[in-house]
Amino acid sequence: MTKLLKYFKPYIWPLVFLTILTFGQTMANLALPDYMANIVNQGIVGGDSGVIYHFGLIMLLITFAGGLATIGVGYLASKIGTGFSRKIRDALFTKIESFSLVEFNKFSTASLITRSTNDIQQIQRVLIMLLRLALMAPFMGIIAIAKAYSLAPSMSWIMAVSITALVVIIAVIFKIAMPKFKKLQKLVDKLNLVTREMLTGLRVIRSFNKEKYEENKFKEANQELTSVNLFVNRLMVILQPAMMLILNLTVITIVWLGAGQIDAGTLQIGNMLAFMQYAMQAIFAFLMISIIFIMIPRASVSATRIAEVLESETTIKDPKHPIKPKNLGGRIEFKDVAFSYTGSEEPVLQHLSFVAMPGQTTAIVGSTGSGKSTVVNLIPRFYDVTAGQILVDGVDVRAMSQKELRSRIGYISQKAILFSGTIRENIKYGMPNADDKDVMQAAEIAQALEFIEELEEKFESHIAQAGANISGGQKQRLAIARALAKNPEIFIFDDSFSALDFKTDAALRKALQTRIKGKTVLIVAQRISTIMHAEKIVVLDAGKIVGKGTHSELLRNCTVYREIASSQLSEQELANARA
Amino acid sequence: MEKNNQKSNKSTTSPGASGGFGRKRGHGGMGGLKGPVEKPKNFKATMAALIKYLKPFRISIIIVLVFAVISTGFTIIGPKILGNVTNNIVAGYLNHMIDYGAILKLIELLIGLYLLSALFSYIQGWIMSGVSQKVTFNLRRDISLKINRLPLSYFDNRTHGEVLSRVTNDVDTVSQTLNQSLIQIVTAITSIIGILIMMLTISWQMTLVAIIILPISLGLINLVVGKSQKYFSKQQVSLGKINGHIEEMFSGHTIMKAFNGEKKSIATFHAINNELYDGAWKSHFFSGLLMPIMTFIGNLGYVAVAVLGGWLAINGKIKIGDIQAFIQYMNQFTQPITQTANIANVLQSTAAAAERVFEFLAEKNEITETAFPVLLPNIKGAVEFDNVVFGYSPDKTIIHGFTTSVKPGQRVAIVGPTGAGKTTIVNLLMRFYDVNSGAIKIDGIDIRDMKRADLRALFSMVLQDTWLFTGTIEDNIAYGKSKASHEEVVAASKAAHSDHFIRALPGSYNMKLNEETDNISQGEKQLLTIARAMLANAPMLILDEATSSVDTRTELLIQKAMEKLMKGRTSFVIAHRLSTIKNSDLILVMRDGNIVEQGNHKQLLSQNGFYTSLYNSQFAKI
Repeated sequence: MTKLLKYFKPYIWPLVFLTILTFGQTMANLALPDYMANIVNQGIVGGDSGVIYHFGLIMLLITFAGGLATIGVGYLASKIGTGFSRKIRDALFTKIESFSLVEFNKFSTASLITRSTNDIQQIQRVLIMLLRLALMAPFMGIIAIAKAYSLAPSMSWIMAVSITALVVIIAVIFKIAMPKFKKLQKLVDKLNLVTREMLTGLRVIRSFNKEKYEENKFKEANQELTSVNLFVNRLMVILQPAMMLILNLTVITIVWLGAGQIDAGTLQIGNMLAFMQYAMQAIFAFLMISIIFIMIPRASVSATRIAEVLESETTIKDPKHPIKPKNLGGRIEFKDVAFSYTGSEEPVLQHLSFVAMPGQTTAIVGSTGSGKSTVVNLIPRFYDVTAGQILVDGVDVRAMSQKELRSRIGYISQKAILFSGTIRENIKYGMPNADDKDVMQAAEIAQALEFIEELEEKFESHIAQAGANISGGQKQRLAIARALAKNPEIFIFDDSFSALDFKTDAALRKALQTRIKGKTVLIVAQRISTIMHAEKIVVLDAGKIVGKGTHSELLRNCTVYREIASSQLSEQELANARA
Repeated sequence: MEKNNQKSNKSTTSPGASGGFGRKRGHGGMGGLKGPVEKPKNFKATMAALIKYLKPFRISIIIVLVFAVISTGFTIIGPKILGNVTNNIVAGYLNHMIDYGAILKLIELLIGLYLLSALFSYIQGWIMSGVSQKVTFNLRRDISLKINRLPLSYFDNRTHGEVLSRVTNDVDTVSQTLNQSLIQIVTAITSIIGILIMMLTISWQMTLVAIIILPISLGLINLVVGKSQKYFSKQQVSLGKINGHIEEMFSGHTIMKAFNGEKKSIATFHAINNELYDGAWKSHFFSGLLMPIMTFIGNLGYVAVAVLGGWLAINGKIKIGDIQAFIQYMNQFTQPITQTANIANVLQSTAAAAERVFEFLAEKNEITETAFPVLLPNIKGAVEFDNVVFGYSPDKTIIHGFTTSVKPGQRVAIVGPTGAGKTTIVNLLMRFYDVNSGAIKIDGIDIRDMKRADLRALFSMVLQDTWLFTGTIEDNIAYGKSKASHEEVVAASKAAHSDHFIRALPGSYNMKLNEETDNISQGEKQLLTIARAMLANAPMLILDEATSSVDTRTELLIQKAMEKLMKGRTSFVIAHRLSTIKNSDLILVMRDGNIVEQGNHKQLLSQNGFYTSLYNSQFAKI
C-alpha cells in the first residue's frame, strides 16, 4: 500500500486539516461527560441550578462544534478518498493504454479490467472509512482512557480487562472465520459454475436425459455452500451478544467498585458516571480499531495489484528520433524474423523472410498454432520481433513512431471488435475527419450498406458495447468498413472472412478489388477458397516458412499446402486448380 | 441457438460482498451506502409467497421471535435497575451508610439478566441462521429444478447472466434479510416500545424531550438518505459508464492501438472519471452524514437530559441514578430508530429480489408429457415431417407447411447462409420446441406421443457448441452412458480418433477439464463430443459440421470420425462441407428461417435456384 502513497501528495493540507478536525470532533464528544460530572457534582448534589444551566449551555455549544467538525471530517474524507482514487484511476488507465500486447498477456485482460474497476473501488471504500475512523479511533481510545484514568485511577484496570476481552473475542472469531470466508467464496464460485454449466449445456443435458444428474450435482454444491454458510453465520452471531455482555458487565463492575470508593469518600458520584461514559467510549474505540485491522489487509491486496500495473513499463516504445519513410507505397519486408514470447522455450516464428508488394495480395496459410496471426501482429508492432527486422517502405518499424506506422495500416482482426457508439462513429474511428461520402462508400464496399439501410436510424443506429446488438457477420463487415474508411496503404485481414457466409464473402471480395488496387494486402486465412487466387501465398508450419508461391505452384511442390487444400476442396476442384 | 453461445457474464455475478464482512448490514450504525431502493411490482403477493416458504419453519420462527423479545426486554430493564443501584449508593452516601446487601442483590439480578439476555440472543441467532440457510437452500434447489423444466424458448430469449443472478444475487438478498432484518424488525420495535416505557417510569418530562427528538431525527435521516440516494444513483451511472469504457477499451486493445485511438480513449476516460468523482464524493459525503447527525442528535438529547434531569433532581422529582439510566436509554434509542427508518427500504428491495425469484419459479413449464406414452421397441429411424408449421413466436411463422420423409439410414444435409435458422430443425426434432401444427413422426409415431426422454435417447447430438463440463475427460465421454466401463470409453475414443491425443495429455483419461474448458483445443473438444456420441450409440444422429478455428489435421480426424458416426444411422447434418452435401440423400436449403428448397445435389442444381447461387458463390474468384 505504501507504493501508492505518493498519490497523496496533493492532499497533504487537506489531510492535516482532517487530522485537526478529527481531533476537535473527538475532544468535543469526550468533553460532554466531564461537564455532566460537573452538573451532578456541583449542580445536583450541591443543589445549584445556575451551574446546571451554565454547563448545559457549554455542552450545547460543544455539541454544535463537534457536529460541525464531524461534518467537516466527512466532507474532507469523501473528497480525499474519491479524489485519490480518481487520480489512481487516471494514472492506471493511461498506463494500461500505453501497454503493448506483451503486458496484456502478462496480466491478462480480465485481470487488468478488475484491477482498474473493483480494486480501485475497494481501495476507495476502505480509504474513506479509514479517513473517517482510523484517526478518530486512536484519538478517542487514548483520550477516553486518559480521562477515565484521571477520574478514578484505581478503577482503570476494568477498562483494560474489558478491552482485552473484546479484542480477544474478535480475534478468535475472525481467526476461525477467515479461512471459512475464503472457502465460502470458492463454494459460491462452484455453485455459479454448476449453474452456468446447466445453462450453457441445456441442449446437451436434455438430449442425453441427464437432468437428474445435473440436479444432483447442483444439490451437492448447494449443500456444501449451505453448511459452510451456516457455520459462519452461527459463528458471527456470537459477536453481538458477546459485545453487549462485555459492555454491560463493565458498567456493573464500575458501579459495584464505585460504590465502595464513594463510600470511602475517594470518588465523587458525578465522576463515577463520567468514568462509565469514558469506559464505554474507550471500548467503542477499540472495537473500531479491530474493524480497521480486519479491513486493511483486504485493501492492501488491491493496492499491491494496482501498484504492480503502475510499476510495469511497456516494452514497446517510440524511438527518440523517429524516422518517417520517404516514399509511401506500403511495401513490407520481413528479414529473417524470429519471435518468441518471453519465458517460452520454443520460438513462435523463426527465419521468416518474405516481401509483400503494393498492388499484390499476399496470403499466409497454415494450421492453428503455426504462427500466422503472430506474423501480422508484428507489423503494427503489437509485439516486437525477437530477431531480424520488419521494414515498411524501407524503414524498420521500430524506427518509426507507432502513430506514423499504424496510420499506414488498416487492420481487421479475426474477432470483429466494435465500440459502443453509432455505426458512423465506428466507421470513422480511424479517420475522424472522414466525410459522409467516405463512410457511405466504405460501408458499401464492405457489404454493410444493405443491412445499415434496413435499420431504423441507418448510420446513426447505436451499437451496444462489444457490438452485442448485431450479428457476428454484420460486426465483421463494419470492422472492414472501418479499415476501408481509413484509406491506408496496407490492409491486414487476420482471418477476417470466416464470420461471413460464402456468398457475402465472395461479394465482399469482389467489391474490395477496386478499393485495394495498388495497396499492399495481407490475408491470413483458414479457407483455401479465400486465398487461392492471391499473387503470393506463404505457407507456415510450426513457425517456419515451408512454401511460397501461387496456389497451383504450391499444390505441386508443397506437401503441407496440399494437405490443407485436400481437406477443404473436393478432388474435382483440386484437379481444376491444377489444370 | 447461436445467440446462446456467448458466455454468460461471469464477472458481474460473483457475489464478492456476500461472503465477507458485508453481512454486517444494520449493525454498527456506521451509516453505510444506501442505493436507491428497487421496488417490487406486487409487494403483498411476493411477501405471501415468501411466507409460504417460511411455513415449515413456523415453530422455529415463533421461538426466535419470542427469544428476541425476551432478550431485548432484559437488556432494556438493565439500565433502570442499574439506576436504582446508583440511587442506593447516592442515598447511602448522603446518609453515610451504604446498604451493600441491597446493592449486591440488585447487581446479582443484573448479571443474571444480562447473561440470560446474551444467551437468548445467541440461541435466537443460532436458530434463525438455520432457518434462513434452509430457506435459501430450498430456494436455490427449486430454481435448479426449474431450470430443467422450462422450455428452451425461455432461455433462448434471455442471457444466462439473468438466470444466474437469480440463483446468486437475488437469493442472497433474500437470505440476508431473513438472517438479519427479520430479527432486527422485532428487536427494533421491541426496543423502541420498551425504552419508551422505561423512560416514562423515570420521568414523563424527560421522555417528552426524547420523543420530540424522534421526529427531528427521522426527518433528518430521510433528508440525508434522499440526498445520498440521488448522488448514489448518479455515481452508479458513472461507475457503469467507466467500467464499460474500461472493459471495451481493454478487450479491444489491439484495435484501439491499430487505429491510433489512445488519445481519444484517454480523453473519454478522463471525462467519465471526473463525472464519477463528482457523484462519488457527494454520495459518500451525504451517506456519511448519517452517523454524525445521529451522534449530534444523541448529544443534543444528552445535553437536554443532563440539564432537565439536573433541574428535576434539584427539585427532588428524580434521583441521580435515574438520570444515569435515562442517559443509557437515550444512547440505546438512536440505533433502533435508524434501523426502523431503514427497514422499509430493506423489505422493499428484498421483495423485489424475491419477486424475481418467484417469477422465475412461476414461469410456464414445458408442455406436460402425454399421459400414455408410446413404448418404442426397436426404432428403425424413418423420419417424417408432415405439413410442419412452426415459428419461434406464434405471430411469426417461419416454416410454412413443410413435408418430407427420410428413410432409415439416410443422410439429410441442412444448408444455408449464417442466420438462416439451420438449428430450427434440430430444435424441432429434439422437441426443444414443439411444432405449431402438423407433425413430426418417427417410424410413424408422432414424437409428441413419446416421452421426451425416450425421444431424445433416440438421437446422438454433436453440436458446434462443444459443451463439456469441468470434470475428467473420461467422465465427459461417458456422459451419455452412465456406468460405462473404462474399456467402453477407450473404444469409443478410438473410434472417434481421440484416443491418441487423449493419451498425450497430462493425466490422459483422468485429466480434468478446467472451468473454461480451455486447457484442450477447440478441435480436441469437438473430437471428445464425437466420442461421447459414439458411446451413447443412439440410432439417429444430429450433427453440426462447422469446425471453425480447428487446424486442418484435426479437422481431417474430425471428418473421418463423423463419417464413421454417421454410418448406418439416420443423420441430420448441418453441413458445411461440399463432400457431405453432395453425398446426402436429401438436402434441405434454408433461408430466413424457412426451408426454401429440398432435394438431392443434382436435383437442386438443376432447379437453378437459391442452392445453385449458394453453391457457386463458394468458389467464386477473389
